[in-house]
Amino acid sequence: MENLLEVKNLSADIEEGRILHGVSLSLRDGETHVLMGPNGAGKSTLGHVLMGNPVYHVTGGQVLFNGEDVTDYSADKRAKLGMFLSFQNPLEVPGLTLESFLRNAIREKTGQPLKIFTFKKELEAAMELLQMDESYATRDLNVGFSGGEKKKAEILQLMMLKPQLAILDETDSGLDVDAVRTVSESIRKYQQQMKGALLIITHSTRILESLHVDYTHILVRGHLVRTGDASLVEEINEHGFEKYIEEEQKQEQAAGEVR
Amino acid sequence: MNEQDVRDIDRSLYDFKDDESDFYRIREGLTRETVLQISEEKHDPAWMRDFRLRSLEIYEALSVPQWGPSIEGLNMENIATYVRANTDMKGSWDEVPEDIKNTFEKLGIPQAERESLAGVGAQYDSELVYHNVKDEVAAQGVVYTDMESALTGDYADMVREYFMKLVPPTDHKFAALHGAVWSGGSFVYVPKGVKVDIPLQSYFRLNAKGAGQFEHTLIIVDEGADLHFIEGCSAPKYNIANLHAGCVELYVKKNARLRYSTIENWSKNMYNLNTKRALVEENARMEWVSGSFGSHTSYLYPTTILKGDRSHCEFTGITFAGEGQNLDTGAKMIHTGKRTSSYINSKSISKSGGVSTYRSSIFIAKGATGAKSSVDCASLMLDDISRSDTIPAMDVRTNDADVGHEAKIGRISDEAIFYLMSRGISESEARAMIVSGFASPVSKELPLEYAAEMNNLIKLELENG
Ligand SMILES: Nc1ncnc2c1ncn2[C@@H]1O[C@H](COP(=O)(O)OP(=O)(O)O)[C@@H](O)[C@H]1O
Ligand SMILES: [Mg+2]
Repeated sequence: MENLLEVKNLSADIEEGRILHGVSLSLRDGETHVLMGPNGAGKSTLGHVLMGNPVYHVTGGQVLFNGEDVTDYSADKRAKLGMFLSFQNPLEVPGLTLESFLRNAIREKTGQPLKIFTFKKELEAAMELLQMDESYATRDLNVGFSGGEKKKAEILQLMMLKPQLAILDETDSGLDVDAVRTVSESIRKYQQQMKGALLIITHSTRILESLHVDYTHILVRGHLVRTGDASLVEEINEHGFEKYIEEEQKQEQAAGEVR
Repeated sequence: MNEQDVRDIDRSLYDFKDDESDFYRIREGLTRETVLQISEEKHDPAWMRDFRLRSLEIYEALSVPQWGPSIEGLNMENIATYVRANTDMKGSWDEVPEDIKNTFEKLGIPQAERESLAGVGAQYDSELVYHNVKDEVAAQGVVYTDMESALTGDYADMVREYFMKLVPPTDHKFAALHGAVWSGGSFVYVPKGVKVDIPLQSYFRLNAKGAGQFEHTLIIVDEGADLHFIEGCSAPKYNIANLHAGCVELYVKKNARLRYSTIENWSKNMYNLNTKRALVEENARMEWVSGSFGSHTSYLYPTTILKGDRSHCEFTGITFAGEGQNLDTGAKMIHTGKRTSSYINSKSISKSGGVSTYRSSIFIAKGATGAKSSVDCASLMLDDISRSDTIPAMDVRTNDADVGHEAKIGRISDEAIFYLMSRGISESEARAMIVSGFASPVSKELPLEYAAEMNNLIKLELENG
C-alpha cells in the first residue's frame, strides 16, 4: 500500500538555528502513530512544518502527502488535500465566532456552498459528543476559552473538517480526566468511523487507551531516534527518555567523528 | 505572496465621475466676493449673509492647526467652495437628472430608501438633489428637510437659534471656513415623545474635482424622542486635493436618545476636516457609530457635551488607514452634569505605510460629581511599515470620578493567520477574517446593510496585493 504521509530526511530551521535534523517517517492511510519525546525535542515544530508554517524554513528533505510533494505548499493547500493540525496552543481570533469560522473553513476547503441544515445537525452532534455547551458555537474563536475548552474546540474542528490525516499536538494536556475520556471518544470516532489517520503527539497514555496504535516514534533534539510498535509507549512511560537521549548523543558523537 | 502591497485600491465601486460641464461652479479660492456670491446664489436671509462674512474674517484671523497631520497639500486657492449641478431639489428619484440618479443608484441609496429608511436626503456637490421622507414619519410631526429650506421655512427661528452655536466659527479655522461657505446638509426636528422606528439617512457625494463640500447637519431630538440618523459620504478619486469640512450639530433633549451612524468613505485625495458635536441634556443618551475609510488626511473627533445630569454617551468607531493616508481620529467627552457617563470603544487599522492616530480627550468638569468614563482603544497594524499612535488626554477636576483607560496596539499575528490557513482558508481570506473580527464591535452596531458595506470596504482595502 502506498504511504499517506512520507517524510523524507526533513530538516527545518529558524533564524536561531536548526530544529529538525533529517527526520524520516512514513504513515499509511488509516494508521495511528504516536510521536513522543522530551520537552523541546521539536515535536510541535515537526507538526507545524508538516502543516506548512512559514516561520520554519525547510532546509532539506521532502514531505509527500498521497504521493504528492507538498513541501512548498501553503498551509491552506495542504488542508484542502486532507491534512489537519490540532494546535498545542490554539490561537484566539476576536470577533470571529467558532461557528462562522467553521462555515468558512468548510466552504473554502470543499469549494462548495454549505448545506446549512446538514452543517447545523453535524455541528450539534459533534458538540454533544464532546460535551461542549452549544453556546460555544456563537462565542469568538478560542477567546476566553479555558485550556481544555480550546482543545475540545480543536477536536470539534477535526470532526467537522474530516481530514484524511490529523496531527494532534498534545491535545490531552490541560484536560481533566473526564475531558480526556470525552475527547478520546471523538478521536476514536474519527479513527474508526471516518477511517482517519493520526499522528498523535503526547506525553501520556490516557488519550491512547481506547485507540489502536500502529507505531511509535521517538524524537530527541530534532532527531528521530527510534520507531517501534505500540509497546514503546509503555516503555517510555516506565523508564522515561533517558536511554534515548544517550542514544542520540552517541549518534551525534559518532557522526561528529565521521566528519 | 505579497498581500501587504497595495497598488491603487480598486474603488471602481465608488470611483465613477460625472460630467460637470454644465454645472454652476464658483471661481477657486476664497475671498469676500466668493462668499457674497455664494450667499446670493443661495438666497440667504440677511443674518446668514452677515454670519458668513463674520466667519470669513475669523477664518482669516485663525491659523491652521499645528498639532495634527500636515495639511500642506491643501491650498484654498485651488478649491472651488461651491458647485451646483444643473438641477434643483426633487422629491422623487424620477425627476432627478439621469446621470446623478445613476450615481446614487450605484451607491444603493434609492434601494436602501425603499427597503429600510424612513427618509433620505441626497446631496450632490454643494446642494441637495433629492429629499424625501415617508408619509407616516412626516405625520408624526418629524421634520426632515434640507438646510436651505429650513432656513426660510416654518422652523427658521429654530434654525437661527441653534445654527453654529454648538460649533461656533471661532472654534477652529475650518469651523470658520464652514461658517463662511457652508451649503447643503440636513435639518431634522423630532418633536417631544416621538419615536422614529426606522432610520433617516443623508448621503453626501462630492463629484466635482478640486472642490469642497461643506454641508451642515442640524438635528434636534426633543424631550423623550428617539432617532437613528445615518450619514454616508463618498467621492471619486482625483489627482488634486478635495476638501470636506462639514459640520454636525446635535441636540439631544431631556430623556431623548439619538444614534448617529456614519460611514465616511472618501477617495484618497480628500482632506477631511470635519466637526461633529452633540449636546446631551438630562437623562438623555447619545450614541455615535463611526467608520472612517479613505481620505488623504482626516481630523475627526466627534465631541459630546454631557450637560444634563445622568446623561450618557457611547462612541464606537473604526478607522482604516492605508497607503499614503494619515487619519487622526478619536472622540471627546466633556462631562459637566452630575452622574454622567461616557464610553469610548475605538479601533484603528493601519496598512501599507498608513498612519492612524487615536486621539481622545475626557474632561470632567468641577461639579460633575459621580462621573464615569471608560476608554477602550485598540490598534491593529497589518505590516511593519504602518504606524499607529494613541494620544489619550484626561482632565479630571472632581475627586470621585471613575475613569478607566485601556489601550492595545499590536501587529496582526502571523501565527493566527497560519492557524486559519491550516483549516483550508487562503491567506488573504484569513487576513480579512482577522481584520473583520477586529472591526466587529463596530460593524455589530451598524444596521445590517451598512455592516455589509463596511466589511466590503475592509475587503477592498485588503485586496489588490
Ligand atoms: N518559532 C520559534 N522561534 C524560536 N524558537 C522556536 C520556535 N519554534 C520552536 N522553537 C524552539 O525549538 C525547539 C523545539 O520546540 P518544540 O517543537 O516546541 O518542542 P516540543 O514540541 O517537542 O516540546 C525549542 O527549543 C523551541 O524553543
Ligand atoms: Mg510541543
